[in-house]
Amino acid sequence: MRKKKSKLQRRETIAAWLFLLPSLLGISIFILLPFLDAVRRSFYQAMGKAFVGLENYSTVLHNEAFLLAAKNTGRFILTCIPLLLIISLLLSVMVVGQKRWGDFFKVSFLIPMAIPVASVALLWQILFQNKGLLNHLIIKLGGQPVDWMNSNYAFAILVISYLWKNIGYDCVLWLSGLSSIPSSLYEAAAIDGAGGIAKFRFITLPALIPTLFITAVLSLVNSFKVFREAYLIAGSYPHSSIYMLQHLFNNWFISLDVQKMCAAAVMLAATFVVFVLMIYRMGKSGVEE
Amino acid sequence: MKGRKLFSFVLLSLMVIIIWLPIWMMITGSFMGLTELTERVGAVLGYGEGYASWSLLPDYPTLKPYVELLLDSPGFFPMFWNSCFQVIPGVLGQLLIALPAAWSFARFRFRGKHALFLLYIVLMIMPFQVTMVSSYLVLDRLRLMNSHFALILPMIFSTFPVFIMEKSFQGIPLALIEAAKIDGAGELKIFLNIGIPMGTAGIISASVLGFLEGWNAVEQPITFLRDKALWPLSLYLPSIAIEKLGVAMVASVITMMPALLFFLFGQRYIEDGIVASGIKE
Repeated sequence: MRKKKSKLQRRETIAAWLFLLPSLLGISIFILLPFLDAVRRSFYQAMGKAFVGLENYSTVLHNEAFLLAAKNTGRFILTCIPLLLIISLLLSVMVVGQKRWGDFFKVSFLIPMAIPVASVALLWQILFQNKGLLNHLIIKLGGQPVDWMNSNYAFAILVISYLWKNIGYDCVLWLSGLSSIPSSLYEAAAIDGAGGIAKFRFITLPALIPTLFITAVLSLVNSFKVFREAYLIAGSYPHSSIYMLQHLFNNWFISLDVQKMCAAAVMLAATFVVFVLMIYRMGKSGVEE
Repeated sequence: MKGRKLFSFVLLSLMVIIIWLPIWMMITGSFMGLTELTERVGAVLGYGEGYASWSLLPDYPTLKPYVELLLDSPGFFPMFWNSCFQVIPGVLGQLLIALPAAWSFARFRFRGKHALFLLYIVLMIMPFQVTMVSSYLVLDRLRLMNSHFALILPMIFSTFPVFIMEKSFQGIPLALIEAAKIDGAGELKIFLNIGIPMGTAGIISASVLGFLEGWNAVEQPITFLRDKALWPLSLYLPSIAIEKLGVAMVASVITMMPALLFFLFGQRYIEDGIVASGIKE
């Protein structure tokens, strides 16, 4: 009997690996092995085969463009993600209250996700360019025109277009979190005389903590895609306030700075893993409380 | 209570208007004649005086820009087909590879499964820039740089669809599989006859999300395609604006349409997909 079971189990294990094989093979060839190669290269000299230790890393870390890009990317993430999380949560709570129109609002918020950046790039120019619509409006209201894309405002424009694109995505995540809160909790609280704000503070927020961390991770992932807007509107060398790591990688790629790219990619990957692990850890301890 | 509901309705409606406005402007703009468009926004592109202006509806609506794009813009169609050649095989390939992998993760228990799944999640959340140089190294070695395959192959092995479909496979009741096994069905048969039909929702949501991702791709084509003749719409579009304003507007709308249609068709499934990507292990 026991032998038979283990035979069955072995057959299942073989089947499992066979199903997984094509994917695993492809990932190894196209992602894992090349990445290991990149890690190896990050310790070697460009042409020669000489081992240089951490020299490439130190070159990258002393590179002015890298420091600027890393600073901008960090600033962007730290501005955008809290803003996005708060705005989308507030909107989601409001959407839940709208029974008849709730779905319409949700779908509307989600639509920008489907709109190709290239399609709106032209419109963003019409809006924000020096002689664009926004400046026209400002002049009509008696203000001074601003060169939006070539000043520190470029950063704000990028934040807004990130929010425009990602609010729906986060709303869907929040709404699924909200819908999993049992309504009996609210009813019990109402009997105890809790008001709307108290309910939100003591029932909704604590129940949403797991959703918060996941939404934060996915928003972080999506925040890297804001390069599309920045690149299609402002090109390879935008205003220095929105020169991001993504621009830098792109420019290093054009000049085929493989060594720098390898070292920077390893650092970026490590930062990402640490960041995400930290968020997950925080999420876990938040749930246990 | 009533007042608060009204307040949030007004606020939400305002947000919806802000979100819809750019899309509305694109669509109405595409029906403006070249004269009207130049008059309104020429200043932005460096010809004409003063500032740009806009109106809610075109003053002289016309289909001429569409006709011009269809009949006399030889540059547009190759780019449109490039986009199709890069995205459609990519999505189909994704399904071919990711479906069995997702089935394996959802259906079987084997040693190393959790570590592997964690690896798939990590790969899913890495930004493109992390794997950019390594993808280049391998594509260059395989002499695939500067070809449609340079976009298709890395897309096929994305781990995102594995993740989404694994979630939908997990919803299949075990009893159903046990019953099939008692009837003597092999693993492949169970996968084809039970897994795929029951996992349709996940399959649709992964394909729609994959399509949107591919159709909107910017990072991959600028990195892996040197030759402008291979560029997809998403990259080519911004470069025509200055030469041909009217056509650029229409081309933008036409580029937007497949994505928008797919979105509306798969909207339920997209939501499921997003929620699935949020469920923690």
